[in-house]
Amino acid sequence: MRPIGEAMSIVEQGAGNVDGAALPPAVEIVAMHKWYGDFHVLRDINLTVQRGERIVICGPSGSGKSTMIRCINRLEEYQQGLVTVDGIPLTGDIKRIDEVRRDVGMVFQHFNLFPHLTVLENLTLAPIWVRKIPKKQAEEIARHYLERVRIPEQAAKYPGQLSGGQQQRVAIARALCMSPKIMLFDEPTSALDPEMVKEVLETMVELAESGMTMLVVTHEMGFARQVADRVVFMDEGQIVEVDAPEEFFAHPKHERTKLFLSQILH
Amino acid sequence: MPAPLRNRGIIGWIWEHMFSSWLNIALTALGLLLLWWIVPPLLNFLILEATWSGSDRTACIASELRPRVGACWPFIFERINFFIYGFYPISQRWRVDVFFALLAFGVVWLLAHRAPFKRAAAIYFFILLPILSVMFLLGFAPLGLSYVTTSLWGGILVSIVVASVGIVFALPLGVILALGRRSKMPAVRLFSVIFIEFVRGVPLITVLFMASVMLPLFVPEAWSPDKLLRALIGVALFASAYMAEVVRAGLQSIPRGQYEGAQALGLGYWRMMGLIILPQALKVTIPNIVNNNIALFKDTTLVFVVGIFDFLRTIEVSRIDPKWATPVTSTTGYAFAAIFYFICCWMMARYARGVERRLATGYKR
Repeated sequence: MRPIGEAMSIVEQGAGNVDGAALPPAVEIVAMHKWYGDFHVLRDINLTVQRGERIVICGPSGSGKSTMIRCINRLEEYQQGLVTVDGIPLTGDIKRIDEVRRDVGMVFQHFNLFPHLTVLENLTLAPIWVRKIPKKQAEEIARHYLERVRIPEQAAKYPGQLSGGQQQRVAIARALCMSPKIMLFDEPTSALDPEMVKEVLETMVELAESGMTMLVVTHEMGFARQVADRVVFMDEGQIVEVDAPEEFFAHPKHERTKLFLSQILH
Repeated sequence: MPAPLRNRGIIGWIWEHMFSSWLNIALTALGLLLLWWIVPPLLNFLILEATWSGSDRTACIASELRPRVGACWPFIFERINFFIYGFYPISQRWRVDVFFALLAFGVVWLLAHRAPFKRAAAIYFFILLPILSVMFLLGFAPLGLSYVTTSLWGGILVSIVVASVGIVFALPLGVILALGRRSKMPAVRLFSVIFIEFVRGVPLITVLFMASVMLPLFVPEAWSPDKLLRALIGVALFASAYMAEVVRAGLQSIPRGQYEGAQALGLGYWRMMGLIILPQALKVTIPNIVNNNIALFKDTTLVFVVGIFDFLRTIEVSRIDPKWATPVTSTTGYAFAAIFYFICCWMMARYARGVERRLATGYKR
């Protein structure tokens, strides 16, 4: 049932962080279970992510990796266990959920930009309405992040006029405009044409280098090698293996992990 | 090398669209036949054989010199003010004209694509205009506008008032009901479902009867609302149930990702709905909303059953006036009503088509 619960060497990994010791961990998932009806999607998930840590989550489709990170900003409910984000326990309390969502940015597979708003309006909407930042200032922040994802010239366009890669970078900028403490990425490159994957990954690498806490569900193993502090491998709703990327790719411990890597790395 | 003659110009078009197969030829012939049946008699009656001047029925009576008599337009000309204002006091009819002008201004401002300051337009249309309308139509002593009881209102004025109130209230109420029906709170959902299904399950006439007969039983006699107001409430509630279903269809067309994108940013329920979901849902439902409004506009003729003098009713009472009693008077009155309703509905339909075409080009604006 729980093959590697004890194998998780979370504490040592997080200790390298500057403020990791004093403040609560960015995300703490304890004994979380989730069912869809009778189907047990997540089984006894335990994972602690320190501030500034970059986690890549991989695994075959249907392994529950998207569902797991969607539990972190409560887009999915869980039935057992506890998820604590930045010290705030996520229970049914709507106020707390919105509080957590404000500080947790999310990037989706299908971008989920708002098609009726311009790029700039997409970026300033939440800062203005949720953070109550004056419009002018929100636009300044938005332009700063558009610059950072290298599409400042697209501010006045509508999402439908941009390429997939550009849309995903707008989505990243939109999340950053809320100055989140944690960023969640749910297969951010899976819906993109191959030639656009690179531009999005580069943006994410830059973000990682800036010290952002990131949880990334992805099949991009190159990205995992380059930026991840730890790689989490999931299968059938369980965390099978957690390890530093060098170790994870060179010496996978479990048969299931070896099989997955042999299939994905050709 | 030029394309063959068949594929070019008007002849090519006619050939391809009207005579390219036996079925097409048959349909073309049938269409022409129908036009032949309908158009000449209509033109004859409305224009060619119509009477254009006169002061009473004798102008519109057939004689040996004029065996066929078309529409009796002098009847309409003489009664036009009655058709527009009903029994509204003659000295005060300018107030109705002001109302028409204010309404037309609001409609154009709100709906014209290029008009500026849409937010101000909405405030004007949904808040200022209703207040001004009541002040002008019903009376407002501080401005020297004397009280005109609603039982004197009539004609096109009443038809427009009933339709506008129905349309203006149906949308917000419909949105609330649609959100209620999709709510996670069981009590809210149950109320919305029962209201919508109940109202949709009964004819408008029943709703109007209930509003005018049963409503007074529920409220204290002292402020029992007047007859027109009761009908207005009935029409607004009726229209909102239909509007709710139209809006619900629009809400269902919005992908789940839009909800999740909004939630992930920490927008609460109302902001998510107001800023993200409804603007998109309403945009795609505009053609259906207009369609509903067209139906509602025509349905307003039913208010006569509770004794309100709408446009059609003013024609009904005028056509039996002995002064104008001729074989063509009724037909003329109904033709006038048909033309009026057709123009109004056609304009609404045109507007909806324009919006549809604009939306089809995406979000480029």
